[in-house]
Amino acid sequence: MAIYLLCLSFFSVGLYGILRKRNIIKIIIGVIIAEYAVNLFFILIAYRIEGRAPIYSPNAEITNMVDALPQAVVLTSIVIGLATTVILIALAMRIFEKYGTFDITKIRDLRG
Amino acid sequence: MSSKERQTGMSVIVRTTARLTVGFILLYGIYILSHGHVSPGGGFAGGVIIALSFINLMLAYGKDTALSKLPKAVTSFFENLGALILLSIALLGFTGGYFFLNFIAKGEPFHLFSAGTIPLLNLAISLKVGAGIFAIFVAFVLLKYEPEKNKKE
Amino acid sequence: MVELYILLIFMIIGAVIALEAKDLLSSVVALGAVGLGLSMTFIILKAPDVAITQLVVETLALIILIRATLKTDLPFSISGRWFFNTIVVVSFVATFLTVAAKCLKDLPVFGSPLMRVSATYIKEGLLQTGATNVVASIILDYRAFDTLCEATVLFTAVVGVMSIVRRTGRKKENQVIEENDEQ
Repeated sequence: MAIYLLCLSFFSVGLYGILRKRNIIKIIIGVIIAEYAVNLFFILIAYRIEGRAPIYSPNAEITNMVDALPQAVVLTSIVIGLATTVILIALAMRIFEKYGTFDITKIRDLRG
Repeated sequence: MSSKERQTGMSVIVRTTARLTVGFILLYGIYILSHGHVSPGGGFAGGVIIALSFINLMLAYGKDTALSKLPKAVTSFFENLGALILLSIALLGFTGGYFFLNFIAKGEPFHLFSAGTIPLLNLAISLKVGAGIFAIFVAFVLLKYEPEKNKKE
Repeated sequence: MVELYILLIFMIIGAVIALEAKDLLSSVVALGAVGLGLSMTFIILKAPDVAITQLVVETLALIILIRATLKTDLPFSISGRWFFNTIVVVSFVATFLTVAAKCLKDLPVFGSPLMRVSATYIKEGLLQTGATNVVASIILDYRAFDTLCEATVLFTAVVGVMSIVRRTGRKKENQVIEENDEQ
């Protein structure tokens, strides 16, 4: 149970970054960290004590595989996370080009 | 190489290392992709590794060399081809009953040519993911990136 | 299981460094360290497919983030209400952690998953699909709709990035090439 709590505190580090930071790149880093924590939580739920990876072997009979369904879901989630990250970075680059800064408070001032 | 070529891209050490390793990276991507149903790996990882080999080339040699090896029209062609293969395999499943039916013979397990449509779907996914990610990277590289204030001065 | 705790604490420290570093480039590199630690954690948790994909995607995100931050400096400013903001954020995070820790009691104990759905996949996957990698048989045969929708999401991301990055209305000669960015 302690490992779930550690994973949650990892998530809350990302949440702190999203809520508290002023720099857009720092906010994107917070989003990425929160996404990592959620992926890790799925894989942690799927783990089985002394389990094997979900791949059959030609020689040995494997009975104690770990849960394969969250791994498949996370595999999709990682690529979608890359897509959202790339869109966020593109928006941040355009904002930097327009206003010359990454600071969101200054962007609000410049808006006029 | 002439002195005009040397101005684009990075130093000689980086270029030599990139020239020696980029083929192996591409080969490893194809291995990961084609053995996705037998061993760890699969379409996503293989496609991104193949895209990373071209990105490596672009980082070391500048954008012109990489774009001459893989132009943007070819990139968008590959992405559309991947989507079309995916959809047509899914639609061909209707010959046996339903969407995404595994309609090819399963073959013998633990061999490369087995598992019916799964290797073909892996190929389609890797084409789509690799071409899409390379297109995104090319778009980022082509973006002239500096604040507007400096540009007007 | 000691190495799992060590890796998690390493990742938390790396995340804090990535958020608090004053140089943008060093915070991006710290984020890369966090991603590599996550990949190692996936291997310890017996998920090799996810570990490979995480490693590769992490490398790519690092390259793109460095591309975005290389020419810029961090405008570091502490202005007004620093104390108030920190108090609000910390109390919000503490509330979240308390509620989530209560919800954790309903989860299965670490190390013994439920596996109601995936027991079928693991038992009959080799016979029904012929793929020895169970994860590949799930994402490309049993749940192939997920993969189709994921390809759609990626396509939408490509179109979105192209339309954000593309310039129109600038009549410069050297930017005619970029007009061809859309597919």
